[in-house]
Amino acid sequence: MIRVANLGIIFNKGTALENRALHDVNLSISTGEFVTVIGSNGAGKSTLLNLLAGELFPGTGRITIDGQDVTSWPVYRRASILARMFQDPRAGICEEMSIIENIAIASARTAPRGFGFAITPQVRAEAVERLAMLKLGLEKRLTDRVALLSGGQRQALALIMATLGTTKVLLLDEHTAALDPAAAELVLNLTGEIVTKFGITTVMVTHSMRQALEFGSRTIMLHQGQVILDISGSERASMTIEQLVQMFRRKEGEELSDDQLLLA
Amino acid sequence: MSLYAFIGALETGLAFALVALGAYLTFRVLDFPDLTVEGSFPLGAAVCAKLMVSGFDPWSATIIAGLVGCLAGFATAFLNLKLRILHILASILTAIALYSINLRIMDRPNIGLINVPTVYTPFEHLVPRLWAPVVLLAIIVVIAKIAIDLFLATGYGLAMRAAGANARMARANGIRDSRMIVTGLAIANGLTALSGALFAQMLGAADVSMGIGVIVVALAGVIGGTALMPSRLIPMLTLACVLGSILYRIALALALSSNAIGLTASDVNVVTAVLVAVALWVPVRKTAFARRPK
Repeated sequence: MIRVANLGIIFNKGTALENRALHDVNLSISTGEFVTVIGSNGAGKSTLLNLLAGELFPGTGRITIDGQDVTSWPVYRRASILARMFQDPRAGICEEMSIIENIAIASARTAPRGFGFAITPQVRAEAVERLAMLKLGLEKRLTDRVALLSGGQRQALALIMATLGTTKVLLLDEHTAALDPAAAELVLNLTGEIVTKFGITTVMVTHSMRQALEFGSRTIMLHQGQVILDISGSERASMTIEQLVQMFRRKEGEELSDDQLLLA
Repeated sequence: MSLYAFIGALETGLAFALVALGAYLTFRVLDFPDLTVEGSFPLGAAVCAKLMVSGFDPWSATIIAGLVGCLAGFATAFLNLKLRILHILASILTAIALYSINLRIMDRPNIGLINVPTVYTPFEHLVPRLWAPVVLLAIIVVIAKIAIDLFLATGYGLAMRAAGANARMARANGIRDSRMIVTGLAIANGLTALSGALFAQMLGAADVSMGIGVIVVALAGVIGGTALMPSRLIPMLTLACVLGSILYRIALALALSSNAIGLTASDVNVVTAVLVAVALWVPVRKTAFARRPK
């Protein structure tokens, strides 16, 4: 479903702040796979997600999604295949519009937008059906402004919006990091449930080692712009959070000792 | 206030309601402060007047004037989107350029339309002569209002609202927000030029300086109307813009006709500025009071 080849990007090229955010990354994610991505700050997690979404364009390499080379596609064009959820619960929705209006906007993501009425009986029926999956009662509040919803409710709504239509890929950028623990748990469980149900290929960036192992079917660790760990199946099943944290520390330590060597 | 002054306020308010509807699209829906109207209003008047004195029939002249107004919107969108000029500055640049362009179109600072048949002429036989412009303008404004209501309820219209409310979310949902800005500015300036063309025919002349203050007058309608009739429903908001535009003219006529206050016609701009400032301040004051701890 997603194929990333020799992907690289350098920020502030040619200046003192030059930063190789990603370097020669190769990844192949198959249809229906749920990949969790971890790594320290500046490891390149968000950069990878932004490159997949089209917010950034790579310096080297190609990105292929669903058999199409999307490397040069802008965000709005890639939206026909992929959906995104942001960390900020206000970023993925229009606060001053109603729940049904937000859903109508999202339901036209994978189809052409025309001059027919946006809110049709079909859109309404689909909204009720999908929102009912959340069990938050949002299906009874279709005309409420989204500004009235809590952070958790908004992300739950954004999740429904992101999985409408013929969405093939879902990109999650720490989508529960801004929520309180109970709401984060709720949204995460709903995410797992819904992407599994619709068989959507998912890439989730997270800061939590526990989430990284608990959710999805494959875990990738990024470090200094490169993939340093890629586990799935039994290897992943037997991996404990402690082991992962140790691996993480060791990498951080290597960086430290490299510096010491340099200084010696 | 005399009946004559009342009808004058009504017809001017209706003519400017079209500009107010356009300003609703740019300022409120797209969140794009578009001052192009200062140039596209006299542009519509100039194009229409020039065509009418050149022998075009008044309806063709009026419609062509509206279409030329759309081009002014494209120009501002081009400056903003392609040359990356700040939205408000891009619109000021277009407006200032249009001043010279309008002089070129007319070849002189104004064109009289006193002895030329206008779009109002046929109506003068159908209704009392004095009411003819009010009746025709009311029909046009109602059509424009309903057309905008319907447009904003379509998939394309909803996409335009999303582009104005949250551009990043709009792009992530497959909306080309730049295309929405182009479309919105073209519609708004088309309506403004149409208003300029209708206003010039009512006034009996097109004048190069008739655009001064148009944006503030339009905003008086939008801001005053929506402050008086707050609503979340788009048909109510566009209605508020139309009524606000008319009420503003009536309030102005009352203020100017009252001898006690001692205002003259030259005080119009300061009265307008005060009205708009008050209408802008009222909602701010409300929320400030709501937030103050007791």
